[in-house]
Amino acid sequence: MQLALFIVFGALALGGALNLLLQRHPIHSALSLVVVMMSLAVLYWSLGAEFLAAAQVIVYSGAIMVLFVFVIMLLNAGKEEHTQGSRAAYTVGFPGAAAIFCLLSFVFLSERDAMKASDIGGDLSSAVDNIAQLSAMLFTRQLLPFEVTSVLILVAILGAVVLARREQ
Amino acid sequence: MSHLNEFEVFLLLSALKVAVVLVVLLLAVAYTVLLERKLLGHMQNRWGPNRVGPYGLLQPLVDGAKLFLKEDMMPLAVERPLFVLAPIIALGCSLISIAVVPFGAVTRVQGVDLFQIANINIGLLVVLGVTSIGVYGITLSGWSSNNKYSLLGSLRSTAQVISYELALGLSLVGVVLRAQSLNLRVIVDSQAAHGMLSWNIFGGFQFVAFFIYLMAAFAETNRAPFDLPEAENELVAGYHTEYSSMKFAMFFMAEYANMITVSCVATLLFLGGATSVFGHSFDGLLNTPVWNAIFPVCWFVAKVLAFLALYIWVRGTLPRFRYDQLMSFGWKFLLPLAMANIVATSFILAVRG
Repeated sequence: MQLALFIVFGALALGGALNLLLQRHPIHSALSLVVVMMSLAVLYWSLGAEFLAAAQVIVYSGAIMVLFVFVIMLLNAGKEEHTQGSRAAYTVGFPGAAAIFCLLSFVFLSERDAMKASDIGGDLSSAVDNIAQLSAMLFTRQLLPFEVTSVLILVAILGAVVLARREQ
Repeated sequence: MSHLNEFEVFLLLSALKVAVVLVVLLLAVAYTVLLERKLLGHMQNRWGPNRVGPYGLLQPLVDGAKLFLKEDMMPLAVERPLFVLAPIIALGCSLISIAVVPFGAVTRVQGVDLFQIANINIGLLVVLGVTSIGVYGITLSGWSSNNKYSLLGSLRSTAQVISYELALGLSLVGVVLRAQSLNLRVIVDSQAAHGMLSWNIFGGFQFVAFFIYLMAAFAETNRAPFDLPEAENELVAGYHTEYSSMKFAMFFMAEYANMITVSCVATLLFLGGATSVFGHSFDGLLNTPVWNAIFPVCWFVAKVLAFLALYIWVRGTLPRFRYDQLMSFGWKFLLPLAMANIVATSFILAVRG
């Protein structure tokens, strides 16, 4: 079950990501991104991170991407022309992607023995409630990073308000 | 069923549950339309549909047949894949949420709960997530129609749904704090002790949250007095102007299915779900397994019907909001009120222990 979910939704996420790059129309690209995020949510859930999955769907696909689509529709963006691509993408992008791929494979392969022991997706069959554990962790041991992140988001909101009001 | 193993029994019973619930839900959608037309008719001092069958009871079937047989027109300038996909998204999302709703007491047959399709411990978040995805149906339909009225309707709808989703989510936090779980069964059980007195809306002192939920849910389902995405006297029919035949019917069904889902969630969170109004006062009467399974379902249906009647009553009485009023009501009144409710609820819970 776990493996089947992983294969189906992993493939869907990859397909969505490729489609995002290949589509010419901004709306189609944005919708491909929604598909990627939904597939990621299913993958999170199959790993037992149910709260993360729900937050992914509600926050990313349900709010942020809706705003993206909203803005694209408001601006009435048309189809884009394919260009040759900037030189920076070729000189930095491909080596960078290759480096990240190599690094991740190295980490996973070297920690293979440790990961074999963990029961990935074991939470799926038993009803473990990890929201309580998550919130206890966030509000006790991780309180400072949590609050700092909140303040950061608050500053971003204030900045957006200042930018929006300046014209008046 | 002795020759089937446990997993096969689970699979068969689950498929059966899904089929039955889907059929019942679609029938309920059809008859909610009739209920609305009848009630609105009586509120406006006329009869409502009364020609087809006794009291017009067969009207939904005839309407369905009519919509099915109409010509399915496809305007030339539409974005074809999205134009077809949009009603499917709208209807799909409105039908999915019912999967986590427990509409009866726990009744196990062969180890499978009869009255709930999936009992998952983030049930409430699943409902919220599916609702937030549903807005894509309206957004994309308006954009892909290539029609200015549709686009205006879908822009309004997107802004409205994003704004009211916050108030909707925050209004439910008080209930979750009281139940200490996101599991819908647990939330219902937390209100089951003393019947009506322990419902969240009365004994739980969550009536402010119920009010916020009510307003936000009306806005989320694009119903009067927040039906600006359709607003027939400003935008023709809003986002579904260009749709005909079954594609229009899918939007229509999605709207009513959303109404039913919202009523179900309100029943579960604020009105005690499938528990009796009288608590355990009459537990001795008709105490057989069959009646114990049937009564909770009846209570649930009665509460959902009452909430639907409230929906229709509001539509029959309140005029539509203006767009800026809608936005300032959501952001400047409902959102701060929801936050104050969270603070007050958590303060009281902390003080009491």
